[in-house]
Amino acid sequence: MAHTEPVEDWCRDYDIFDPGYIRDPFPIWDRLRDECPIAHSDRWGGSWLPTRYSDIHAIAHDPTRFSSDEITVAPLEGGPADGVKAPPITSDPPEHTWARRLILPAFAPRAVEAYRDYTVALCGELIDGFIDRGRADAASDYAQQIPPRVIAHLLGVPPEMSDEFTEWVRGVLELGLTDPDIRMKYRAILMDFLWAQVNDRKANPRDDLITRLLQSEVDGQPVPDTHVVGTCNLILIAGIDTTWSSIGAALWHLARNPSDRARLVADPGLIPTAVEELLRAYSPVTMARVVTADTEVNGCPMKKGDRVLMSFPAANRDPEVFPDADRVVIDRARNRHVAFGVGIHRCAGSNLARMEMQIALETWLDRIPEFELADPESVTWAGGQVRGPRECEVVFR
Amino acid sequence: MKMIINTELCQGHNRCYALAPDLVDIDDLGYASHKGDGTVPPGREEAARLAADNCPEEAITIIED
Ligand code: HEM
Repeated sequence: MAHTEPVEDWCRDYDIFDPGYIRDPFPIWDRLRDECPIAHSDRWGGSWLPTRYSDIHAIAHDPTRFSSDEITVAPLEGGPADGVKAPPITSDPPEHTWARRLILPAFAPRAVEAYRDYTVALCGELIDGFIDRGRADAASDYAQQIPPRVIAHLLGVPPEMSDEFTEWVRGVLELGLTDPDIRMKYRAILMDFLWAQVNDRKANPRDDLITRLLQSEVDGQPVPDTHVVGTCNLILIAGIDTTWSSIGAALWHLARNPSDRARLVADPGLIPTAVEELLRAYSPVTMARVVTADTEVNGCPMKKGDRVLMSFPAANRDPEVFPDADRVVIDRARNRHVAFGVGIHRCAGSNLARMEMQIALETWLDRIPEFELADPESVTWAGGQVRGPRECEVVFR
Repeated sequence: MKMIINTELCQGHNRCYALAPDLVDIDDLGYASHKGDGTVPPGREEAARLAADNCPEEAITIIED
């Protein structure tokens, strides 16, 4: 956990790693939205923090003024010098356009259906493993176990490695976010692994995504190996902490809200609608943008090189757009949330993530309809780039 | 009623497809377009309105008769 100084003025000196903010950012966003919709801070490399849906929506739709060249919420001095980025998430047009087209077919609605049976079986086996104990950690025994295995399956790498993936991804995205040594250590491990996978596919092509990426062409030229490694790095990183956090937050909510739980148990057909509402209310992902030329957003002057934190989670709590924004309305039918971002970088994995969330909840509620937090005080949250519960012990009734 | 998807604005969220699969075509990349000329069959008006009201890009227009 990062060391932070106490915050007195959230409008001019916010800290996204403040423990209180990580646990409960909602009242802070509400205040900022009213008083100072675009906050600023010099902490962690300096950044702006828009909190209104309309501002975040507008910035996300303006990749010319707001570049994705640096998307981590706390950039580190002297980042990786190996030339491997994470396209398309770190790309701007025109590279973004082809880099995104390369991977979209693997994540279209029909394509992700191919992973449904695997995910159903996986969730069932995980529950078999702890149901007789009468308790489990909904975050680490269940939510955390699902996405790395599905991603391994999709990339064509051994699913037995999923515990290692989780460790590496947390090393890069969570523990390493504020600690350069940890971040570089896990990045190096990930890079070695991905280069070995890529070299292996070049020698022995297979029917999997890595091979297909290596065989793709752009403007008649093969896609460079560094690009393929970068994209695989992104898919591995983007698909794990994020989805795990959403599944964990959904179970945390259901553990504390018996009436929502009972409705979903009685009417599993409502689960897809509930998943959207839980994604809205507990959106995990904040990304960053870099200002490309001096500009102004809603009267707020920004300089070239300034960073902007895209708090999709704050946008999704904006009462201008969502009636009863701070309440989970489990059957909310009109829900234009932006948990998966909006504009050209809309999460490429959103169909897969939704499928995983729906199956994870359906399977859990079918087998464990009654459960509650073992001890509300013992729940821990991670935040920063990706917010979600990390320990969430529940007991079954 | 017609439900018209502006394919210039669509970013492939697939919310419309989840809510009204019978009214939407999805291409191999996951981008949406309305089926045929966008005419909404009787009884599917509410599904079409929901599809429009859940589109994060506001890419869907409903034309009431
Ligand atoms: C609930 C789970 C997830 C959430 C909340 C989430 C959220 C996001 C967000 C907010 C963005 C936009 C980034 C930006 O605007 O800069 C994004 C992009 C992306 N996500 Fe996800 N994500 C999730 C799961 C996944 C999964 C499972 C995968 C893949 C296996 C994935 C792959 C990607 C990719 C490749 C991009 C980059 C798209 C582009 O730049 O064109 N995500 N995600």
